[in-house]
Amino acid sequence: MTQGSVDPGTKRVAIATSGARAATLAALQSSSQRDKVVHTVFISMMLFALGLALLGLASLIVYMAVEGGPRLEWGLLTGVPSTISPETAGFRTAILGTLYVVGGVVLLIVPLGVGAAIYMEEYADNSRWWNRLIELNIQNLAGVPSIVFGILGLAFIVRGPLSLGFVAASGSLTLALLVLPTVILAAREAIRAVPSSITDGSLALGATLWQTIKGQVLPSAIPGILTGIILAVARAIGEAAPLLLVGAVTFVTFNPKFFADGYSTLPVMIFQYANRPQDEFRILAAAGVIVMLILVLLMNSLAVWLRDRFERRW
Amino acid sequence: MVAGPIDASSTDATVRRSLEATSPRYGEMAIRFFLFLCAAISVAVTGAIVISLFVPTFSFFQEVSVVEFFTGTLWAPAFANASFGVLPIVVGTGIVVVISLGVAIPIGLLASVYLSEYAPSSVRRVVKPTLEVLAGIPTVAIGLFAFWFMRPLAETLLPFLPWQGPFSIGVAALAVGLLIVPVISSVSDDAMRAVPMALREGAYALGATKFEVSTRVVFPAAISGIVAAVVLAGSRAVGETMVVLIAAGAGNPHLTFDPTKGVQTMTSFIAGKATGDIPTGTIVYDTIFAVGALLFTSTLILNMIAIRFVRRFREVYE
Repeated sequence: MTQGSVDPGTKRVAIATSGARAATLAALQSSSQRDKVVHTVFISMMLFALGLALLGLASLIVYMAVEGGPRLEWGLLTGVPSTISPETAGFRTAILGTLYVVGGVVLLIVPLGVGAAIYMEEYADNSRWWNRLIELNIQNLAGVPSIVFGILGLAFIVRGPLSLGFVAASGSLTLALLVLPTVILAAREAIRAVPSSITDGSLALGATLWQTIKGQVLPSAIPGILTGIILAVARAIGEAAPLLLVGAVTFVTFNPKFFADGYSTLPVMIFQYANRPQDEFRILAAAGVIVMLILVLLMNSLAVWLRDRFERRW
Repeated sequence: MVAGPIDASSTDATVRRSLEATSPRYGEMAIRFFLFLCAAISVAVTGAIVISLFVPTFSFFQEVSVVEFFTGTLWAPAFANASFGVLPIVVGTGIVVVISLGVAIPIGLLASVYLSEYAPSSVRRVVKPTLEVLAGIPTVAIGLFAFWFMRPLAETLLPFLPWQGPFSIGVAALAVGLLIVPVISSVSDDAMRAVPMALREGAYALGATKFEVSTRVVFPAAISGIVAAVVLAGSRAVGETMVVLIAAGAGNPHLTFDPTKGVQTMTSFIAGKATGDIPTGTIVYDTIFAVGALLFTSTLILNMIAIRFVRRFREVYE
């Protein structure tokens, strides 16, 4: 373009350059004062918002620690629930109940959740309507209120087709269905993060699809899957609403069994103690909240640590 | 596999290994079928939810007229002189959603803009998991915190409001707001981080300030993800049970918009009713399912909207 006419070309460039410099200088100078104020105000608003959320979290923990502090001793864990003597009552049967219920949840969600995730990531052909239906359905299930799962448990598991009655197994099954979508979504993320070059390589060497999944995909995806399972378990430990409907409200003073009548869990027991008018029960409930928070926060931190520690960049 | 030594007279075609599988791989097929069943269980669960909710609802509407249910303003299903106007508890849920979103939207969005655009990575690494911890706190704990601590505090700070009794739906809604801040902040943080760097760099090259880039480039570019975050949070607020059950109380059967009073919501009605032992087949028992069906339908609609918006932002930038 500039061939043969060097002089007008350089001139144009010079004009353009000086124009651009002038415009840039003007823009930078005019922006200084007002923009600085806007910047500062905006940053302080954001920090204030963040601080408010964190303050809420901190004051909840501090309040419960102060309220329940007097009852933080071993008797809290080993004491049998009582409606008469709050000074010696504890959470033993409720903690056992939580162990039973959550144990059942883990047994159910690990194979089901991981299996569903493997199917959806590795096998499902998304041009088929039933696979798209499954996908949409799992996303929707993840947003169904927990109390609705309680209704499902009451109508299908406690009574109706399964008729297990008000036992710990019913609670397990109900909570497993509740947290299953969380596990599936997390496991899918983890499986998807394994690059296709790895699976392609394995398949090219003659491995079958299942051998590839077993030998290559799952080992690389395990930290992510584990994170999802731990988060789901933490949620199951703290969940109370659906259990109110499937029988965890019985005030059990004996150690529960998996398939026999009568069980309670930690959050439900806390709720029941908190419902009593006397101050001692309030202290007892607050102490129970601390125990539950420690459990749940430990699991959450474990999940975060796992994710950070084993997150692989391919 | 090719059996036997290769005959000198055989042509190339007979020597070539076959690429076909040597067996039908029944094991692989069985595994595939088992995995399909795992995935299909979720559809069965949804089916079971729909059946368990809508069959009793159908028998409920044989005794109570649909018009009375949706337009009545007195909710007293267990009274001797029963009345089945669902509006009071729907309004209760509405108050919770409006107030909690009113608190959580500004806090959550400001926090997410900070985390995705402003925060140094060292701060981000600490603050993001901490916010996730907030999302993991059992709702019983938040409900008790609202009931024991926030409600008296609210009365001390605002003594001129007509507080009554130990319950307040407004305070419960504030606590629900605290609970859904992480929902908004983490989903919209993801959406804003998915906005390509080129957009930001382009804006900076044109002389935009950081504030302008964040609010006029990144925020609009991520808007569908942000809308999804808000809708999801709203759906969470509709379905939140323990906080409102503990802090908003059993409430009164009449329609009220006053946030200082104890008001029942759809969820706290279900949870409160179901803890008492109600015999099956009675009208009160069926009421639980009718309210449950209403709750399920409303959250389903919200979730579908959210899924639609999330898909949109994924499609644009991935």
